[in-house]
Amino acid sequence: MNLLTQLSKYFFIFLMLLFTLRDFLYLTRKSEYRKRQLLRGQIVIMFVITIFAFAIIFFHTLDVQVLILLAGILFYYAMTLIGYRLFYGRSSMLLVNNMLMLLGIGLIMIERLYPDQALKQFIIAAGSTAIAFVIPVMIRKLKILEKLTWLYAGIGIAALLGVLALATVSGGAKLSLSVGGITVQFSEIVKITLVFFMAAKLSGDRSFKSVAVTTAVAAAHVIILVLSTDLGTALVFFVAYIVIVFVATRRPVYPLAGLTGGALAAVLAFRLFRHVRARVTAWQDPFAVYETSGYQIVQGLFAISAGGWFGVGLYNGSPFMIPEVSKDFIFAAICEEFGGVFAICLVLVCMNLFLLIVSISMKLHDRFYKLVAIGLGSEYAFQVFLTIGGVTKFIPMTGITLPLVAYGGSSVVSTIIMLAIVQGMYILREDEGDQIAIYKRSGRGNAGTDR
Amino acid sequence: MQEQIGEDIRDILDGKSVRSSNRQYSGRKAVRSSGGHDPEGPDNRESFPEMREGATRNPRRNRGNTGRDGDKRGLLKKQTRVPFLFVSYAFVAIFVALIVYIGYFNVRLRDDILNSPYNRRQNDNAVYVVRGEILAKDGTVLAETELDDDGVERRFYPEENKYAHVVGFTANGKSGLESLLNYDLLAAHNNILDRVINEFQGEKNPGDNVVTTLDTELQDVAYEALGDWDGAAVVLEPDTGNVLAMVSKPDFDPNTIAEEWEELVADDSNSQLVNRATQGKYPPGSTFKIVTALAYYRAEGNIEDFFYDCDGSFTVDDNNTVHCFNSYAHGEEDLTEAFANSCNSAFSEIGLEVGARALGDTAEDLLFQEKLPCDIAYSRSAFTLSSGAGDASVVQTAFGQGDTLVSPYHLALIASAIANDGVLMKTNFVDHIESDTGAVVKETKPSQYKTLMTEDEADVLTELMKAVVDEGTASALQGLDYSVACKTGSAEFEMSDGELGTHSWFVGFSDPDDPDIVVAVITENGGTGSSTSLPIAKQIFDAYYD
Repeated sequence: MNLLTQLSKYFFIFLMLLFTLRDFLYLTRKSEYRKRQLLRGQIVIMFVITIFAFAIIFFHTLDVQVLILLAGILFYYAMTLIGYRLFYGRSSMLLVNNMLMLLGIGLIMIERLYPDQALKQFIIAAGSTAIAFVIPVMIRKLKILEKLTWLYAGIGIAALLGVLALATVSGGAKLSLSVGGITVQFSEIVKITLVFFMAAKLSGDRSFKSVAVTTAVAAAHVIILVLSTDLGTALVFFVAYIVIVFVATRRPVYPLAGLTGGALAAVLAFRLFRHVRARVTAWQDPFAVYETSGYQIVQGLFAISAGGWFGVGLYNGSPFMIPEVSKDFIFAAICEEFGGVFAICLVLVCMNLFLLIVSISMKLHDRFYKLVAIGLGSEYAFQVFLTIGGVTKFIPMTGITLPLVAYGGSSVVSTIIMLAIVQGMYILREDEGDQIAIYKRSGRGNAGTDR
Repeated sequence: MQEQIGEDIRDILDGKSVRSSNRQYSGRKAVRSSGGHDPEGPDNRESFPEMREGATRNPRRNRGNTGRDGDKRGLLKKQTRVPFLFVSYAFVAIFVALIVYIGYFNVRLRDDILNSPYNRRQNDNAVYVVRGEILAKDGTVLAETELDDDGVERRFYPEENKYAHVVGFTANGKSGLESLLNYDLLAAHNNILDRVINEFQGEKNPGDNVVTTLDTELQDVAYEALGDWDGAAVVLEPDTGNVLAMVSKPDFDPNTIAEEWEELVADDSNSQLVNRATQGKYPPGSTFKIVTALAYYRAEGNIEDFFYDCDGSFTVDDNNTVHCFNSYAHGEEDLTEAFANSCNSAFSEIGLEVGARALGDTAEDLLFQEKLPCDIAYSRSAFTLSSGAGDASVVQTAFGQGDTLVSPYHLALIASAIANDGVLMKTNFVDHIESDTGAVVKETKPSQYKTLMTEDEADVLTELMKAVVDEGTASALQGLDYSVACKTGSAEFEMSDGELGTHSWFVGFSDPDDPDIVVAVITENGGTGSSTSLPIAKQIFDAYYD
């Protein structure tokens, strides 16, 4: 059994390397045929990794539920891949592949840790993917989306004030609200509304006044989050703000001023808030505060070290020694059992996903959509950086989770919706491109070159 | 369209200028027309508010975008794309930094973290690996894993009490080298084929063996020489940092520690489990005069100008009087003589001349209050004299009483630095680690830890310490086959019954011209340094030069 696990870990690394390689090869290939081949290869890899990992989990647990979940996941992969091809032939299939691979890796790891959570995560992911199929249509039909500027700001601030009230009551321990048994993390929704607000505000009027108003609203978001001890999300918002303002105005003075202001604010927050100082202390020398705030990060470091480059293999590690391992520290568990090489590939897949979003944003015509896409993409990328950097002690922990991979319903829903929004805008762009082509060549345009 | 995205990312990754990528687009036009829609048209005119409406809502206008328009288009496009490229670069940079850091983590930080005493995770390896052996430099087994009659693994320590503290134990937690080397002992680097076969047969692989720097002969002698005294002895090699011997008493038998655990833990008066060599905190007594002398030399630039007439006592603030040992009046002496005689009165005067601040700075340079290079559990030495302290405290501190506390190991480190031209080497307990089949897995190379003093300062201190043998308290070491530079100490402390006792200290190194070994010895309540600890050190030197 151990031998099987030992061999399988190299197999997983090999497959993950192939997947990542294809991610980047895709970008260099010109031939549609080669691209389709690469995508097909990725799909095969995705299925093989999932089937193989679940088989190992099954051998260890001998629980039939594992097989049922596996069947569910494979069905979900298939339906998503077919669905996008059927309804939105023009969507970016590479983006779909990356999304499914990240979700899959997360589900494998969570199933190995807490099967109940895996089932829940799977249902939420499948449900939100199904619902997200409507989003591209909405984007096409609802031209009003870019007119709702102040509605977004209103929803965002109201939701965050709710979180703040909750955090104040629970002493900063609780940042989510339970409604009828479903726990909603409001900051995940606000991630989207804030970007929509900033994009709407700056897509038309790019005057200094408009930037100032945007800054004020964004700052209100960030300050409320810092007060409710959600530093990670506050930083993510801040970065999205910097990026959107920079891209909208194309004036470097804004991001420079923003970063300077951000640095000053960080120093101020460090002085003012104990929870900020605690994070920095735990980062500087987690071993010194091992008994208290350093415990989780130290256990995470032990896990990553135990894994080394090639991991110890599924079920050979001790991920349960890390508190909250399926949420904030899932990356440490992946490092331990799948190894550093696999983990680096994971980072590269996330980076690939980000680059895809940027390039989509770049190709969009509509300024509003452009800004939405780059804003959402930056949020995604920075969140990945914060969580992985935090777990590996590269930067202080900010209590934020790895999108799509970590356990957390709200996060999965909002990330899937974010990606669907990007897809929707992309498809819109594709269709317009098509119309143009039809105009130009009197209908000789060849639809669906993407598949 | 997908294709175009690929190109853009390619541009981003290649760092191509936007201009050139534009040219690429036009160049490829012919190819693309066969593929169907032309993605280029709308692209070129997007993103300016004044143009947006037209671009997105009225594709008709797109036709005929050729000729002179091309240049303008390129310029517009360039302007819009710059922020995107910039954002991409910035994020790619942080992703790359993250990946490089993960690599660095695995190459450089990993081992230290794995061997952290807090790390309980590595014990999981024990399921697949038989814990390796700990060996002395000459191959003598200090710890090994045996199977008892029921086939259950058991850690066996053939040398019993002798290496108890340094090698440590594995029951009820781990200590000493067993704790430090936990990861290495549970890593298997035997033949890969054997490993696979063992895996197949469900057998455990033999873990790696650790060959320490410990010298059985010196450890034997130190252990015997310390006899029934409570205390500790440390032997180091100053130019490599290798630990040759480390003894602490009272001791315990690591073979039976599990059974005796409750008893050992409950026994506060003896605290056998404490490694007195590294964790014991004692007043340094006269050995601290090394620090005071260095502080004086640093302040004055020479030691020749100091003269003092000792009448056996020294009075501060009119009512605080310190005495030389037995109130012996040393008479007229220079600094070398005062050091050799271990004259408290002269060093009280020196302390006052140097002052609390300089004394504190020098102590800090010699790693008081600081981390020590020590891979097993140790205590930091305490030096708490504040720079505004009164004369009485300064005087007490200057000749090694006061609130200063030091471990034998730390004194050995200071002597090592003096012996090694001021450079303290990182101490090693491990010579090398080898697999079950004898292949070397890891080898320790001597490395510098820190320069504690200049070569010149080290020479001055060496001369002072030589004088201790030639004309001072260590005259028992005269006329041997080897020469020694050292300092003795008699440190007063308050016993549990309120009476004053005296710890006996010795710290020194042999062959001062080309130092061989450093020896530090403390015997608790052993009286003067020369009466108890010095003879123990002498036996160790004798054994080394035998």
